[in-house]
Amino acid sequence: MSKSNNHMRSALKSVRGLGAAKEGVQHWWIQRVTAVAMVPLLLILLVCMLKLATGDHAAVAAAFKHPLFAVLALLSILAVFWHMKLGLQVVIEDYVHTESVKIVSLLAITFATFVVGGIAALSVLKMFFGA
Amino acid sequence: MAEFALPKNSKISKGKTWTLPPAKAGEERKVRKFSVYRWNQDDGKTPQVDTYEVDMNDCGPMVLDALIKIKNEIDPSLTFRRSCREGVCGSCAMNIDGGNTLACTKACEDIDGEVKIYPLPHMPVIKDLVPDLSNFYAQYASIEPWMKTQSPAPARERLQSAEDRKKLDGLYECILCACCSTSCPSYWWNSDRYLGPAILLQAYRWIADSRDEMTGERLDNLEDPFRLYRCHTIMNCAQTCPKGLNPAQAIGEIKKLMVERRG
Repeated sequence: MSKSNNHMRSALKSVRGLGAAKEGVQHWWIQRVTAVAMVPLLLILLVCMLKLATGDHAAVAAAFKHPLFAVLALLSILAVFWHMKLGLQVVIEDYVHTESVKIVSLLAITFATFVVGGIAALSVLKMFFGA
Repeated sequence: MAEFALPKNSKISKGKTWTLPPAKAGEERKVRKFSVYRWNQDDGKTPQVDTYEVDMNDCGPMVLDALIKIKNEIDPSLTFRRSCREGVCGSCAMNIDGGNTLACTKACEDIDGEVKIYPLPHMPVIKDLVPDLSNFYAQYASIEPWMKTQSPAPARERLQSAEDRKKLDGLYECILCACCSTSCPSYWWNSDRYLGPAILLQAYRWIADSRDEMTGERLDNLEDPFRLYRCHTIMNCAQTCPKGLNPAQAIGEIKKLMVERRG
């Protein structure tokens, strides 16, 4: 709601506004779940990356052929990008107050998450299924 | 867009300096400087910081004592709220030495150098150290801070076990001085929709009350991405509370109940 013509309304009218949205728990909860999930996932990923960082392409390709490794990589991508999307959404809602800029920014991060996350997931799948 | 700079009419400049008259022969003085934010809507000027010299040998120990002395003896136009002068009314909440606190319980001795006094941050200023708290009070009204029940009123008082009464400790002491809410960056940016730490602590005070029967409705009223979930656990509220309370913890309890009731 615009603030400009609020001076003749009571403060309580503005505060009660459109009422509670009756949501936000899901957002908060998933942010925590993905955060917890990322602890083991990223630790495993880090260990694997250090082990594979020998410059041996064949070893990396072989690792991604392993179903467990591929699944862990996909789960890491899911957790990281989901968490990122939720976090960026909060940042934009916090700081961007111009409605049009806000909507465009929220759309942009949502699309960017799917595009970049999709490319990342596809890369893993390609390594897993590829020759 | 986000606001990164103060609006032009909020830029602060240096104002008047009020020096003490020369000391009389044999008079021993302990002079402290108080830099105080000044603004009123009548003179058309942008905010200024006036500096007052106060002889602490002839003044009470608290910042409020100094402000009252300044108003009484140096500059009667200085405006601030005060009432109980002992930390129970919450009127004299202001930003002292960079932190929000009550002027009546903050000792000048605990501050190094010049004592800098500003109104509570990021609030509309009515005059000098007096902020407009209309929105804050309306937010308090919106959580309906009184006991609500469905069962018919008993002939005597509603009973509460000692254990349940204990759950209100750390909540009932809140005096609604607004120090915590106005120290919260999330409240600075979104106070039109975010209820802020003080009001959420008060909301939890009624949610936690074993005699109140409208817990579900109270949670419904808070379940909102802005009203409740703008709290990002920054913890400025707990750090600044002049009564030593922890609003962040109360907000955490509300969030836990929100998850709990989903099964």
